[in-house]
Formats: sequence, structure tokens, C-alpha cells
Amino acid sequence: MWSELKKAIASFDIPADWIGIRAVKETSTTRLVRDALPQLNGKSFTVGAMLEVLVNGCLGYAATNSLELSSLQAAAQTAYKQALAASEWWIHPFGESERPKVVGEYKSPFLEPLDALSPGEINDLLVRICQTLKVDDKIVQTIASASTTERESWFVSSNGSEVYQKILSIGTNYGVTAQDGVIVQQRSNNGSQANCYQGGLELLKQEDLWHRVRQIGEQAIELLTAEECPTTRTNLVLAPDQMMLQIHESVGHPLEIDRILGDERNYAGGSFVNKSDFGNLVYGSPLMNITFDPTVPGEYASYGFDDTGAVATREYLVKEGVLQRGLGSLESQARAGVPGVACARASSWNRPAIDRMANLNLEPLNASFEDIIGGIEHGVYMESNRSWSIDDRRYKFQFGCEYAKLIENGKFTKTLRNPNYRATTPEFWHSLTQVGNVDNWQMYGTPYCGKGEPNQAIWVGHGSPVCVFANVEVFGGGT
Amino acid sequence: MSKFLVEELEKVQIQELSALEISFNRLIETLLIKKAENEQFTVRLSSERSQFTRFNHAKVRQTGCVADGWIELILMADQRSSIRQFPFTGNWEIDWQLAYTALQELREELIVLPIDPYLVLPSGNNTSRELHSGNLLAAEAVVPNVLELVTELDFTGIYAGGLIIKAYGDSNGQKHWFATNSFTLDYSLFTTDGQAVKGTFAGSDWAKSAYIAKISEAKKQLELLSRPAKELPRGQYKTYFAPAAVADLLMMLSWGSVSEADIQQGNSSLAALWRQEKQLSTAFNLKENFQRGLVPRFNELGEIAALELPIIEKGDLVNTLVNSRTAKEYEKISNGANGSETLRAPEISTGKLVFEQILPSLDTGLYVSNLHYLNWSDRQTGRITGMTRYACFWVEKGEIIAPIENLRFDESLYRFWGENLVDLTTFQEFIPEVGTYESRQLGGSLVPGMLVEDFTYTL
Repeated sequence: MWSELKKAIASFDIPADWIGIRAVKETSTTRLVRDALPQLNGKSFTVGAMLEVLVNGCLGYAATNSLELSSLQAAAQTAYKQALAASEWWIHPFGESERPKVVGEYKSPFLEPLDALSPGEINDLLVRICQTLKVDDKIVQTIASASTTERESWFVSSNGSEVYQKILSIGTNYGVTAQDGVIVQQRSNNGSQANCYQGGLELLKQEDLWHRVRQIGEQAIELLTAEECPTTRTNLVLAPDQMMLQIHESVGHPLEIDRILGDERNYAGGSFVNKSDFGNLVYGSPLMNITFDPTVPGEYASYGFDDTGAVATREYLVKEGVLQRGLGSLESQARAGVPGVACARASSWNRPAIDRMANLNLEPLNASFEDIIGGIEHGVYMESNRSWSIDDRRYKFQFGCEYAKLIENGKFTKTLRNPNYRATTPEFWHSLTQVGNVDNWQMYGTPYCGKGEPNQAIWVGHGSPVCVFANVEVFGGGT
Repeated sequence: MSKFLVEELEKVQIQELSALEISFNRLIETLLIKKAENEQFTVRLSSERSQFTRFNHAKVRQTGCVADGWIELILMADQRSSIRQFPFTGNWEIDWQLAYTALQELREELIVLPIDPYLVLPSGNNTSRELHSGNLLAAEAVVPNVLELVTELDFTGIYAGGLIIKAYGDSNGQKHWFATNSFTLDYSLFTTDGQAVKGTFAGSDWAKSAYIAKISEAKKQLELLSRPAKELPRGQYKTYFAPAAVADLLMMLSWGSVSEADIQQGNSSLAALWRQEKQLSTAFNLKENFQRGLVPRFNELGEIAALELPIIEKGDLVNTLVNSRTAKEYEKISNGANGSETLRAPEISTGKLVFEQILPSLDTGLYVSNLHYLNWSDRQTGRITGMTRYACFWVEKGEIIAPIENLRFDESLYRFWGENLVDLTTFQEFIPEVGTYESRQLGGSLVPGMLVEDFTYTL
């Protein structure tokens, strides 16, 4: 690939200030079993190149799924014309400082290759998961799926950049629907598609897999006769698999600098955060420490370099409750004049890079899970996201979970179904009263963070310990 | 742009379109020769040549072109199936090499997969060929044509335009080809304090006068939005939903609602309606209507849906969307639904509320133009939560008083399309699908506005 791309760069006959090619080759497999019967088996392969051309401070792009030299040359011409056509109307002049020279490599850690099990063996595993999930006749549907992705990218540029990255990742998902008359409840392993990690097929062989599979089935049955979550204000304890969503929606998105600059106002939305808030805004309680960290081994959105060549480093976005920096690429940093991170990311070769989360984590403190629950007189503990909605400024949210426990006098006393909670982002993070320790810190991920025009769905990772929020409005289901 | 340039551009597009169709047909023909006697296959093509230009503050933020295309090949043999997806470039040597590799891999994989008792083989004899030509702006003309009219405004959004192809072929001889040259301009205009008007301009011909009219209308709404925003306490308010907001609510029916598989598997918000424990308003009618020809009628098995299919009539669920696989599993009759049994050309019927009577009938309450980020808060009871967005107003005694600070709602469809539905408007609007995940989407929904009593706002 290197020689073809370098040859192409050398062959372009364009009076451009800078030219870059980001080629992506991705192979992904998906296997889905429902009620122990195969629903979907397949492999998807995509390859293509995104060419960017900088002319008079304007960036034009052209993407093609043909890596033939003639196609790349035609794409370069197209990108050049795009930049020229927009030059009179361009939003901010960019230069090589937004596309610095960078040379390097990143590869996901793994133990076993992604093809260590045959498609038949993976199907056998998924069938057995479905069979084990069905702990009762009231389980009316079982689902199990596994997906793998091998994504390679090559970035070369006219100013000498050469970056190669190879990412291996696996996502697993299983869950059930339980029904008793008109009561229907669903339970899954940490919420839909939450178990996404970088690594190899060793990730399919978790030690407690069968215990967890049975537990999912049993908890769904338990939910059928559980009480509705009460409507009240109380202490809300969130498990790490719900904290993932909480961090993503109410910290990650509002801190994206392209949103703050207004780029996303027609689609994903803006932000309640302003440029002047960086370094000043007290975002939450002093217990709140949020890092942007693409360097965590095995976390879903780790990488060495973003898609414009910026070197990925760990940075605090919020430290002891105070906003430090935003999720802004080199382009956004230049436009906004605020500190950012290496977060220009594209979903594939056919989309331009935009400001994105990568791994966004809440750092652990020192509370054990037992101490957290033991210290609560009244509260609700919630696990596993099932519903999410937040406004376009990332201010008013309402989230729902699959499974909850009532906490009374320091103990779990009842299982609760249809648990939901709502709040505004600043109020909520200021009410953070306890943060768990490293023993209850867990990381998850999702492949479905949607944003951008044209739209892009990208993979992100989030780690968090168990957390307690005081005086939160919780409620149940029903009309 | 000169007439000569337009003609040249059209000539290039026609040549490229023709080359892609020839290459696709050759792929089908070659697979028919290569397939073994016990094998069956389906092939789907999705291809686009798209210009994407993104705007912010009436400037260009990003601009570029994407030439993309992929084939989905499904091989079926001995009651097993598997899928391969790979690029389709129109270059036969490249494309056939990818297809042949995929075919070989599929053959090796099928023998190790478990048997699928509900596998459906392609069986029909449908063919179709639809070409929808367009008169789009040339690439270099997009930016000035969009921006010259809005230089004084805080304009943001995206222009997406170009050729889209959806095609199908199978081992039974079915073949479909759908090509359309179209554009969407999806935009918002903002006031200095963050209030906004949303608009879409879409079609196959860039009609400048229509664009001017759209922007002029939006400017009038911007004036209304310049009044200080009113913050409303949570509670229940009579609400008028403009067509775009109704389309947002309608979209939820494609997510765990009208699908027969979802009904059967306990995942449908309409289960209570299906069991006839609940009823919607007799004024509420929903159907699939492919008469406009904006989306292909064929599905992943080459089956063609009826031009019209009633789904909810006078508040009753009269049909669900049933594909052949669901039909086989649950002993139903397929109605040509797609693989995910989602709405492709939905239409909600009109009511009796005339345009001039919208505000007088609302009297005092909310005028909601758009909604945002909808999700089920309790799917089994049809409860949806989401936000108001863009130009939403407080109305008193039939007069618009002020824009509102956005509100969160949490309300059941059994209430707002049921006992609390006052009326639907006598007019409909076509709300185009502007999504571009993976590729540019086609179609849209045809919906009226609606007036609802006691809609519940929670935050």
C-alpha cells in the first residue's frame, strides 16, 4: 500500500499547498443467533482512499473506492476543484500546522488472531449462549451476537507524513426478552452492544461467561414480577455500564469544540458550554475527573494518531470538577483558540475527519462498592442503559436502564423495573457525591456514536467506576 | 454555468451510469454461470456519486465528493446462507476478482454453519428499471448558489447531491435497477441568541425561485424568534405539531412497532393495539404509499411491495410489515416488507383542520415545529421521550406570543394518536429523508400537522 500511495502523491500535478491521502482497508464479520438459530453470518470488506487538498487555506476532499493510480489522480483533481470553488466562502484559513508532518505506527494489542475460531465454532458458542439464556419458559426470545473488525489505515502527505495503524476489535452482545401476559422485560449484558474492546479472539473466552449468561436470563425473569421504579427524588447509584452513556452524552458531546463553534447546529446540535468556559467553568463536583485517553490498552477507541496526524496523548478534560480543555482537533483549536486533543476522526475512508470522542473516562477515587451501598439510607441503583435522550445543547437529559435495585438503610431490598431518571447536565454533575475505586472501575464501548454532516457513526470507549448522585429525579414506566 | 457545460456533465453522468449498469449485469450473468446446481444467490448494489458541502455561519466548513459503491452477495445452499459485502467500482477486473474471492469464501463457510430453518430463497420473477434524471447544480456552482442568498444570515447545514443507484439481481433471474439524480439541502437559520428555523429543500431540479421562496419564509419566522424566549414550567399543554415534528414521531414506528417480527417477539410498542386492548383515534390513518416513486419498491429478495398498503385504519392496526422470512417463521403472508420491516414510504392521512384554523384551534398552548432525539422511555406502553427543537412558540388566544426554551416531553403514542388527538390538518408536507449514514438515504414521509390535547412536558 505504501508504495502505491507514495507514487500517487508524487504523481499529482496540482498547484496545491498540501496534499494528503488516508487509505483505509477494513474487514468485519458479524454473526447473530436468535433463539439458537442462525440469523446472520457474514463478512464485509471495504477499501478506499480519502484525498485532501489544501489550496489558499481551503481544504477540499474527494473519496474513492478505487485505489488505481488513475482514480487517485482524478480524486486529487476533484478535491482541488472543491477547495478552489469554496475559497471565496471558506470559514477559516488552514495551513500545515493543521496537517503537521508525523511518522509513526500503532497496533492493537491481542493474544489470539480474529480467525482463531471458525465461523462454525463461533455459531456453536452463540447457540449455546442462547440455550443457556433460556432459564425459564417465560423467556420468549434469546439473542447472541459476535462481531470482529480488522481496520488498517495508511496516512501519507506531501509534507512527509507516514502513519500506519492497525486496529483489531471485538464486540459481543447477548440478551433476552421475558414475557408474562402483557408484562414484557428485556435484559442484556451491560446494555446493547456495550461490550466492545480492542483485542483478539481471547475476548470471547471470558472466565465468568456462563455465570453471567445465566444471570441475564434470571434477572429478566426477576423483572417480570418486580415493582415499578418509584417516582421520587433520591440518591442515584449508577453502575459503570450506565456511566458509559452518562459520560458520553453529558460530558463528551458538549465538550466537542466543533459543536461549540456551531458546525453541528443543523444536525447533532450545539452545546451549553462556551469557548470562554475552558479553564473556568466548574462543570461538576470536585470528585469529577474526566480524561481523554486513547492510550488505554484494550479500550475500544485507542489509537496512536488521529486522522489528521495529531499524536494521541492522555489529557484531563475536567480536573477536580473544573473544565480544562475540549474535544477539539487541530482545526478546531485554530478556529476556537482553546486547547484540544488529538480527536479528528473519520468513520471510514469515505468521510472527512471531525471532532470526536475517543476513550473518555471518569477516573477512579477510593470508594468500594460495599461502602458506597452501605452508606446510603435511601436510593436506587441502576444498571445497563436501555433509553437515552438529550437535547441539542446537551443540557436536559432523560435516561432509562434495564435493571434496578432499591437501596434502603445500606442494603439492596427490592428489584425495580423500568427505571428512568432525568436532570440537567450541570445540576447532575454537581450532585456527584461518591466515586468508586479502581476495583469497581470498568470500561465499555459502543460502535454507534452518530454525528456529522455527512453522517458518521464511530466507535468510542468509556470507563468509569460506580458513582453516586444525590437528589436525582427517578421514575418508572407505564402511561 | 453554460448550457454546453451542463450537457457535457449530463453526458459524463449518463456514460458512467451506463458503465455501472453494464458491469452490474455482467456480474449477475457471470455468477449465474459459476453457481453450482444446489446454490442460489442474491446480489444487491448500492452506489453513489455524491457532493457533500457543509456550511456554518454562511461559510463553507467542509466540501468534497464521495465515489462509493458496494455489492452484497448472499450465497444460499443446503438450507444455509452467508453474506459478503465488497466494493463495486465499475472496473470489471477489480470487481470480479473481489466477487470471485467472496464466492469461494462463502462456499467454504456455508458447510460449517448451522441449518437455518427459516431461510427464504429468491423465488419471484420480478424485474424493474427506473431512471430518474435530474438537473442538479454543477459542483463548482453549489457554494455560490446556496450562500449568495444568505450572506447576512447565520446559515448552517449541508448540501448533498448526486447520483444514487440501488440494484438487485438473483439466481432466479429477478433484476431491478433504480437510479436517481437528486439533492437535499438541509439547513438551519439562527438568531443571535440561539433560536433557529429549520428547513429542507430537496428534489431533482435546483429551482432557484423555490429556494428563494423557502429562505424568504424562513426569514419571517426568524423575526418571530427574535422575541425574548419564554420558559415554561413542566406540565400538560395543548400542542400543535407541524408536519416535520409529526414525521419525527412517525419515525419511531420503524423502531420496534409496525414490524411483524417485533410483534411476535415481544418488542413492539403496538402490541397492545395488535391485541386490540387499545385503540388509536379513528382520525388516525397510516399507510405505505410508493406512488411518488422516490424509493425503490423492491426489497432484499427482489420482491415488489404493493403500491399502497394500509397499516393503521381509523385507529386500528390492519396490517403489519411482514417480510418473507417472518412470514415463514410465523406462518403469515409476506407483503414485500424489507429485511428490517421498517416503513419506506409512509403517509399519514389528512384531517379536517384547515391552515387558517391552526392557531385559533390551538387557542392557548404550544406550536412545535420540530422534535429532537426521540427514544422509547417505555416501549411496551408506547411512551416516547424527546425534545422540542428549532422554531417552537408559545401561543395565547390564537396568537404567537414568544419562542420557548426547549422542553423535554414524555408521552405515550396511545394518548397523542389516541384519545388526545384533536385533529390533523387538511394539508400534508413531504419531509425528505436527509440521512447520510453509510450512504445517502432516499425517500421521506408525507404527513399533515396535528393538534393534540394535554401533551406531557417533563423538564
